[in-house]
Amino acid sequence: MRKYSVFAIAREAMRGHKGWDQQWTSPEPRKDYDVIIIGAGGHGLATAYYLAKEHGITNIAVLEKGWLGGGNTGRNTTIIRSNYLYDESAGLYNHALNLWDGLSQDLNYNVMYSPRGVMMLAHNVHDVQVLKRHVHANRLNGVPNDWLTPEEAKEFCPPLDISKRARYPIVGAALQRKGGTARHDAVAWGYARAASARGVDIIQNCEVTAVRRSSNGHVIGVDTSKGFIGAKKIGVVAAGHTSVLMEMAGVRMPLESYPLQALVSEPVKPCFPCVVMSNTVHAYISQSDKGELVIGAGTDQYISYSQTGGLHIINHTLDAICEMFPMFARMKMLRSWGGIVDVTPDRSPILAKTPVPGLYVNCGWGTGGFKATPGSGHVFAHTIANDNPHPINAPFTLERFRTGRLIDEAAAAAVAH
Amino acid sequence: MATTTTKRFAATHRVAGKGRLAGSAALGFTFDGQTYAGVQGDTLASALLANGVHLVGRSFKYHRPRGFLSAGPEEPNALVGIHRDAARKTPNVRATVQELYDGLTAVSQNRWPSLAYDVGAVNNIGSPMFSAGFYYKTFMWPKDAWAKIYEPRIREAAGLGVAPERPDPDTYAQRFAHCDVLIVGAGPSGLAAALAAAESGQRVILCDEQPDVGGALRYESGASIEGQDGWTWAQAAAASLLARDNVRVLTRTTAFGYYAQNMVGLVERVTEHLAHPDLTTPRERLWQVRAKKVILAAGAIERHMVFADNDRPGIMLVSAARTYLNHYGVAVGRNVGVFTANDSAYPAAIDLKKAGVNIAAIVDIRDNPSSALVEEARSLGIEINAGRTVTGTDGRLRVSSMTVQAKSGGPARKVPIDALLMSSGWTPSVHLFSQSRGKVAFDEPTLRFLPGIYAQDCISVGACNGADSLDATVDEGFAAGEKAVRATISAKPKVDKGETWGGGMLGASPGSGPEQIVKAFVDFQNDVTAKDIRQAVREGMRSIEHVKRFTTNGMATDQGKTSNLHGLAIAAEVLDKPIPAVGLTTFRAPYTPVTFGSIVNHAKGELFDPTRRTPMHGWEEQQGAVFEDVGQWKRAWYYPRKGEDMHAAVNRECKTVRTSAGIFDASTLGKIEIVGPDAAKFMELLYTNPWAKLEAGRCRYGIMLREDGFIYDDGVVGRLSDHRFHVTTTTGGAPRVMHHMEDYLQTEFPHLDVWLTSITEQWAVIAVQGPKSRDILQSLVDNIDISDAAMPHMSVREGTICGGVPTRLFRMSFTGERGFEVNVPADYGRAVWEAIWEEGKKHDVCAYGTEAMHVLRAEKGYIIVGQDTDGTVTPGDAGLDWAIGKKKSDFVGIRGLTRPDLVAPGRRQLVGLRTKDPKTVLEEGAQIVDDPKQPIPMKMIGFVTSSYWSENCGRSIAMGLVEGGFGRMGETLHVPMPDGVIEVEVCKPLFFDEKGERLNG
Repeated sequence: MRKYSVFAIAREAMRGHKGWDQQWTSPEPRKDYDVIIIGAGGHGLATAYYLAKEHGITNIAVLEKGWLGGGNTGRNTTIIRSNYLYDESAGLYNHALNLWDGLSQDLNYNVMYSPRGVMMLAHNVHDVQVLKRHVHANRLNGVPNDWLTPEEAKEFCPPLDISKRARYPIVGAALQRKGGTARHDAVAWGYARAASARGVDIIQNCEVTAVRRSSNGHVIGVDTSKGFIGAKKIGVVAAGHTSVLMEMAGVRMPLESYPLQALVSEPVKPCFPCVVMSNTVHAYISQSDKGELVIGAGTDQYISYSQTGGLHIINHTLDAICEMFPMFARMKMLRSWGGIVDVTPDRSPILAKTPVPGLYVNCGWGTGGFKATPGSGHVFAHTIANDNPHPINAPFTLERFRTGRLIDEAAAAAVAH
Repeated sequence: MATTTTKRFAATHRVAGKGRLAGSAALGFTFDGQTYAGVQGDTLASALLANGVHLVGRSFKYHRPRGFLSAGPEEPNALVGIHRDAARKTPNVRATVQELYDGLTAVSQNRWPSLAYDVGAVNNIGSPMFSAGFYYKTFMWPKDAWAKIYEPRIREAAGLGVAPERPDPDTYAQRFAHCDVLIVGAGPSGLAAALAAAESGQRVILCDEQPDVGGALRYESGASIEGQDGWTWAQAAAASLLARDNVRVLTRTTAFGYYAQNMVGLVERVTEHLAHPDLTTPRERLWQVRAKKVILAAGAIERHMVFADNDRPGIMLVSAARTYLNHYGVAVGRNVGVFTANDSAYPAAIDLKKAGVNIAAIVDIRDNPSSALVEEARSLGIEINAGRTVTGTDGRLRVSSMTVQAKSGGPARKVPIDALLMSSGWTPSVHLFSQSRGKVAFDEPTLRFLPGIYAQDCISVGACNGADSLDATVDEGFAAGEKAVRATISAKPKVDKGETWGGGMLGASPGSGPEQIVKAFVDFQNDVTAKDIRQAVREGMRSIEHVKRFTTNGMATDQGKTSNLHGLAIAAEVLDKPIPAVGLTTFRAPYTPVTFGSIVNHAKGELFDPTRRTPMHGWEEQQGAVFEDVGQWKRAWYYPRKGEDMHAAVNRECKTVRTSAGIFDASTLGKIEIVGPDAAKFMELLYTNPWAKLEAGRCRYGIMLREDGFIYDDGVVGRLSDHRFHVTTTTGGAPRVMHHMEDYLQTEFPHLDVWLTSITEQWAVIAVQGPKSRDILQSLVDNIDISDAAMPHMSVREGTICGGVPTRLFRMSFTGERGFEVNVPADYGRAVWEAIWEEGKKHDVCAYGTEAMHVLRAEKGYIIVGQDTDGTVTPGDAGLDWAIGKKKSDFVGIRGLTRPDLVAPGRRQLVGLRTKDPKTVLEEGAQIVDDPKQPIPMKMIGFVTSSYWSENCGRSIAMGLVEGGFGRMGETLHVPMPDGVIEVEVCKPLFFDEKGERLNG
């Protein structure tokens, strides 16, 4: 892999940028692999990368139905934070946060991790109780998350309307200063390039149609639109379509899939310094490096595999944005889109072995998987390589829905991910 | 508002006798502080061009000078800020769409210090460094420099206009509408469809983004319909449609999004073109139209030629120049060059030539262009360079020459020009079709994506469907209109004479191919060149989605209307694949950018979310109550008297309730009436408690679980008769409990004969709590015996109060005192409340708010679902095992409760907490640990759910969920706070009247 740097760019500038290598190759699949990862999103590519880098397994194929990074990795609002309530979640997301810090250097790809601060707003007594519970738990878990008065919140984020004029005035906020954003496509591409450089085959436009198992139940490979591909181990990392794939291996998943929407405004000069989230009025907003306001909306109320959602959801979201930031009413929505999110009963992911030998699953990230990408790939690679979970993902089993040992961030926090 | 007094610039480029604005009122406006003159009917673009101004903007990345590419909504370059006043500043307005009004103030964007001398243009010099995706490859050293140094600078350089800084004072409106036929686009095809459909009497809506109907007839000088010139026919057709009751014609209205079940979002710009909008008129109006059938007549958008330095001001689309001439009467230059790959350029050259503009040369990449148009151009003496190409242009702030060369190379010739018109063909506007989930299909011979497989009940007609003559568009439109209403009534408009379009090329022009290192722009606004796209492919981007994201091609504010297909063709060429194999990027709503305000419309301030107030709200306000938001409700939080702070008021209220009595507005509690022969059976299934044997007239505290076994809601339920239950829920939980019940009734228990009715707003609820409560009510009830013997704790009676007001009177307590809850029809709420208040005054009552209510219930250890439970708590965890019917074989959640982890030891259980220092009040949400000296991360064993100062107990009280809490009575635990550790002792969650004697005291 040729190193990226300002010097490399200068060299290429002199010859019309004609000497760059392919960031990743697009090979035809080999007959069989040690590990097949199904799904070339951020989590799948990161899994392949860490398998190669940390576990010495390089005979890997990552199969992708469409184009790599084209699912939720390329559709989310790029918020990164780790201020989760439960120890299990704090451990997982903070592991990811630690990897974000330094990921550009590790991958030699600028993923533009920008710790600009994630602020979560409280609008009533109940919000204060919930957010303070987070702040206290985060503090004792070593995850700095500060409680701010409305005035302090406005100082950190000047566009915020903290007047009593609002229908739900802001009464306080929790701020994770190390939270922020990253460039979503760059995460997928950076992992793809680094994995490809270590020998991983990324095979796009290759849809898995069946998971094949031997007579003793162990996986032996997959049927795909490019034919049968053998594998000793298979990791399914397919977000909204995980349950469809797992069904092929005879595993019923506790997942529901919903369309989740997001939108951006036209680009403007810098006017919004951080990420602001409000669960009570349902709004998430930040400004991209390009200048677009990036706004997250909610899920549709009904399950669906359609990558669009209703106008009323966008409507509700923009109501909330303009309520908190009334100066943005003259801004214009440039683009809106949807993705399919896979939601578990406790709103926490599944990162685990499955009842099928050789089959592993990484799913259930719901509306907030992007932030976990490096940590998720890292511990999932460990799980596949050792046929045993890493201590960080050990609680995120499939069995917990049978035993009731849930990690219920949503119920506990009433905070969307 | 800036008004114009001096008009320093003359309309030097207005051509006498051309256009449709002759005789219109003169208007003044400013651009970057310079005063200009225009006329009514101009766009900002046409008015500036009339003054000879082409330089209007700077590009996003290289800050290259830019002019007008188009005369419509596809404009990528000419974005300006429009400033009506200090608060009404709108960034990124397309000058080609903004209609001129007197006093309009426009400013250019993304330049410093001025449009002509922009420091950012240094990026253009450094542009070889700033190739596609360069930022992914650098700015990585040192590690923290990205966020601290590079990113802030990149952000400053990026962005276009400046976001408004003040709240938007304008209002917006919205309408929901239904119709039989929605027609999008009022060009000839859409008008023909409307004429055909309207005659049937069915409801028709016709919308168009332009201020007038007519579409391409605006510039097509060669069109004649029904014996009139095309434009005149269109206006007459619109007038006849407007005269009908069943037709609504919406101009200045963009169909921006096509959603499920034929729901189309339209935005109507109501006042954007007015100099002095009436403040009571909305600026824009959102239409959400549900149509039986949608006819898409969206037309086509002309593409530019992709060649070196094709972005200089003065270089524009052929159709744009023609529109400026034929509609606005403006010549875009005096010595104009033309570069084309199809016939569309010829009528433009002919029109301009006839208007007295010199056509320096037509450069046509086709080797043997031959048609009547070509001949006509030739006969007018226009030089035609067939089989040649333009390989470059000159001119810093305005194009000054084009370089013409044979396609195969050879000697080059510089032709002096002051404007250059270009056309590489037409792209059908399949945006809305694609948004409807329809699948487009590539038509190889014409190099176009056309509607293929439809997903909704709609049809595409005219140019957006690939029709490439006026005849064909009118035919298709009319046929679709007839079919939509299944009637043939009216006569089809007769096209006497029309123009044709079609043909052309995709991708880079000859001479700007892979071998040349030139800036041949594909996407103007985002500065994406053909070589950027080739580089992306070289770097392994095989999918058009990757190419788009890597280069940002098509991601600017115009969403790739002119650039997407060129980009696709260039990528396909490098990949050596057919175009459809590379794919087409998704068309995402909105079609053109839509103001947030129009989507939000009325939903701001008070109307952001409904405010629910109880019947007693006015009284509470008069008493000086402070309110808190609980869901949508405003609830009286506490009633401070003069000189009291919250603490003092709550202390007084709590004391008063326990010494005499207090009255409390409990109207917000959710209430559901469950009626029917199977009502008790339904209750048995929805709640953990047994109900079958509960006698009519008695109440019971009920707990409802989710399927997973965790507490979902709670409340007191009164059985009014064998078949009728009056259920109460938490305030916040009312709607979801109702849905939960309906969900189960309809899906799991449809065999039960039960009816559910929300009665939350039907009954006002006045809680009268305290030792004197019965004394107060005694004299007010009409016919109910409320003695302990006749009406014990947890009973309910129906009767009247205050001389005939119907009531459901509950004997129940959420304070631990003797108590009643008086339910009366909401309309009587305030009157009965005031009667109780008057009577109560004799007994020293107070009104108390939600805070005192919380403290009083905590003194008794009564839980609040959602505060002391959080969706992970079983009845057992909350100490409410007794509320589970032990003999019951089924209820929602019964199976969940038996799961291993729900019966495992070490679960968090609800206990009382006493701080060692009675004066210390814990913080709700604070975490509890066993060993406060352990290192971080600490093992947390629980947290504080409720915590208050209790004046009645003379100390602080708290409850918390603690691992194995029931077995820890008397243990000391620790609450580590930022400023020190608080010691607490675990106790029973009961701090007052342990024996519960006061319920009857």
